[in-house]
Amino acid sequence: MDLNIAGIRLDVTEDGYLTDVSQWTKEIGLEIAKNEGVEMTDRHWEVVSWLQEQVKNDVALSVRGIKKSGVLNIKEFYALFPKGPLKVSTKIAGVPKPKSCI
Amino acid sequence: MSTKVKKMLFILSKATIENAYAAFVMANGARMEGIESEIFFTFFGLEAIQKKKLEHLHVATVGNPGMHIPTMLGGLPGMEAFATKMMKKEMEKLDMPPIGEFLEILSDSGCRLWACKLAVDMFHLKEEDLIDELDGILTIGDFYSRADQEGCQLLFI
Repeated sequence: MDLNIAGIRLDVTEDGYLTDVSQWTKEIGLEIAKNEGVEMTDRHWEVVSWLQEQVKNDVALSVRGIKKSGVLNIKEFYALFPKGPLKVSTKIAGVPKPKSCI
Repeated sequence: MSTKVKKMLFILSKATIENAYAAFVMANGARMEGIESEIFFTFFGLEAIQKKKLEHLHVATVGNPGMHIPTMLGGLPGMEAFATKMMKKEMEKLDMPPIGEFLEILSDSGCRLWACKLAVDMFHLKEEDLIDELDGILTIGDFYSRADQEGCQLLFI
């Protein structure tokens, strides 16, 4: 699938995740966030860059991992992305959709 | 892609570890998809929210054909403990949290946890016997009233 954001054509998966992480820019993240109904704050961006770093380091993302992270707790994660924290935050971050069930 | 399910309501009535995990994984999975979820613990399901018992749930080795252990052997002393230990090891490999941690995750994720009043009375339990994350003790009628919108699903486990 193709997605047009900020004049750039992007390859995305069926459910809207970037297929090429290197295409990601903050503007693209902002557009995806708008589509997901998330109003980005500084804290949102902090979490998004932390997620990108985790993925870069090959850490599998999970809600349990968030609890252990020391960066943010589960309650805050849900407050930031109420419509599905892992699902929505990773889409905004331009990283692959996590496969974890937990 | 969006689901029409808005809220998942679970009734956990059994104390075996596989049933508790089934309820927990589904309830947590719902929250991860932005779906509301609640669990009502009744009868033996209450074992999963008793402070002293929740880390000692067992897998059923008797009357459980999925275990592929002859029923007579499944009943031998130590069999359940052994099978449970093996299962917990496998679950840890998949990064599945122990029951206590799972309940914390569920509560933090906004999953509401309720104890059944009738079963609490029947087993002579007090509120202090139950986990701190518990949202309250309800009658089944109260629990039904939690299905307060379109798109609610109720599952008995």
